[in-house]
Amino acid sequence: MSGETASTTMKLLKPGRARQVVTHIVFVIICVICLYPLALVIGISFSTESSIAIKGFRLIPLQTSLVAYNFVLKQSDAVIRAYVITIIVTCLGTLLSTLVIALYAYPLSRRDFPQRKLFSFIAFFTMLFSGGLVPWYIVCVQLLHLRNNIWALFLPYTMNAWYVLIMRTFYKTNVPDSIVESAKMDGAGEYTIFFRIIISLAKPGLATIALFNTIVFWNDWWLPLMLVNDPAWFNLQYLMYRVQVNIQYLSSMAGNTNVAGEILRRLPSRTAQMAMCILSIGPIVLAYPFFQKYFVKGITIGSLKE
Amino acid sequence: MADVLTEAAAKARVLARPKRRRINFGLLSMVVPGTLALVLFSYIPMAGIIIAFKNINYTKGILGSPWIGFKNFEFFLKTPDAWIITRNSVLYNIAFIVLGTIAAVAVAVALDGLRAKRTSRFYQGVMFLPYFFSWIVISTLVFSFLSTDLGFLNKQLFPVLGIAPINWYIEPVYWPFIIIFTNLWKYTGYCSVIYLAAIAGIDQNCFEAAALDGASRWQVTMRIMIPLISYVIIIQVLLSIGRLFYSDFGLFYQVPQNMGPLFKATNVIDTYVYRTLVNVGDIGMSAAAGLYQAAVGFVLVLVSNLVVRRIDPEKSLF
Repeated sequence: MSGETASTTMKLLKPGRARQVVTHIVFVIICVICLYPLALVIGISFSTESSIAIKGFRLIPLQTSLVAYNFVLKQSDAVIRAYVITIIVTCLGTLLSTLVIALYAYPLSRRDFPQRKLFSFIAFFTMLFSGGLVPWYIVCVQLLHLRNNIWALFLPYTMNAWYVLIMRTFYKTNVPDSIVESAKMDGAGEYTIFFRIIISLAKPGLATIALFNTIVFWNDWWLPLMLVNDPAWFNLQYLMYRVQVNIQYLSSMAGNTNVAGEILRRLPSRTAQMAMCILSIGPIVLAYPFFQKYFVKGITIGSLKE
Repeated sequence: MADVLTEAAAKARVLARPKRRRINFGLLSMVVPGTLALVLFSYIPMAGIIIAFKNINYTKGILGSPWIGFKNFEFFLKTPDAWIITRNSVLYNIAFIVLGTIAAVAVAVALDGLRAKRTSRFYQGVMFLPYFFSWIVISTLVFSFLSTDLGFLNKQLFPVLGIAPINWYIEPVYWPFIIIFTNLWKYTGYCSVIYLAAIAGIDQNCFEAAALDGASRWQVTMRIMIPLISYVIIIQVLLSIGRLFYSDFGLFYQVPQNMGPLFKATNVIDTYVYRTLVNVGDIGMSAAAGLYQAAVGFVLVLVSNLVVRRIDPEKSLF
């Protein structure tokens, strides 16, 4: 088909000018709904606590100040510490999990691996049935001693059957059998083949899994909620949760005692909470434009192919 | 076609080869770390479901504690909570499935209809963004709107509209809407990506033929586009039905900030299991509720998978 007819049919297929405008307006509204809460929290984090106490949460601060960030980053080392722990856990967890999943999924994609059905099932069954929270907790704490240490913050998330399935599909569609066979003819071992050839062929798939993992570990508060109560091992998300709970507690006490009310008045509690929130999503939002396309690709692989 | 041929050729090659040894130690060793993780964090806990049938005694340990049959389940099912958490889990999930699917498909169709491709990608990016926020972050975002004495709604918007302030974190009636809205806010962008990919996969000739025959955009959408992606929609819906008894713990625990007065509207099986274990400390009952969820969930997955396999064997999970 020539370019000209293609563009005519294109025009027939896409809604006309008026509808284009309406669609754009609807999407702009939706985008505002998506971004407004974020903008609001940014606005609060740059306000002074006293202006908020009078006027409430506003998008445009009445009085702009950096007090909240100053308080969060300088007054205590808790946030910095939690930030460092989040970064370490995200790096370790992502590396370990991606490697384990990549290694596990590869043999499952090989037609000449006799046990591929068995191990596919072993991974897959965990998506269908689970022992529940209580036995999981007992195994983590009593058997593996995952309590108040760095391991507790990422080891339980090492395997993910869903990512294994995505990765298996990726190998199947991107690694031709002939490459493996010819490498074998040349006398290469399985590990040489995997690390020299397969990894480079499956790079986009690995990048997707690694990014999924990065988000999981960066955003995790579930593992510390279950397995950590020593503030030394709080990660950023969990610290935010604890701060929120403490402010809630102080607010509920404020009516009863002067002490609690006094503490609340002196600390930039609400603005600090918002500042922590911004600090925790800052890196994601900044890196977002660069990794968005990998996510789109990953979801597509995961949902459309077997 | 070429793919089929090369695949057949590859198969023939494999068959023609002399019988290989049954164990490929190189490949087998690659699955060892993953298997270890699965055994430790999934399979040993599965064996732990016996806890639900025992009266756990700390001094005797799990194996030494006496069996009590279905007593834990009896106690659990007799609590008024059992009905509330089941109802909430199921109804919320149904709302998420119906509204979430409609919203995601509508967004995907509308995005596809835009001529400005770069702008369309920008919208997609913005709508996808909330997916990357943790529930703790979202809980903070929601709080900035709903806080009783400081919130945007009570302090900024309602005075303008002349509406009296609402005590959001005490009144359960509003929470079904808040929960459903928050869930849509977080996931619509994410889900629309799936449908957008499905639409992109449709053969353009179908549209062109219809357009040349004088079909309107609405007709093309309803008669051609939706039917052609319906199998993706059906698969996604059936997969969600398999998860009817499971909920997003963060959505129901963090977003309502664990407020007791809201439990009637926000308590689901996952939050109940957690609170019974951590706050109440009743291991047996928590394990029983967890097993109730896992067992019903298992049946639901099997049934929905059976249906998926009827529709399209390629898409079934197993």
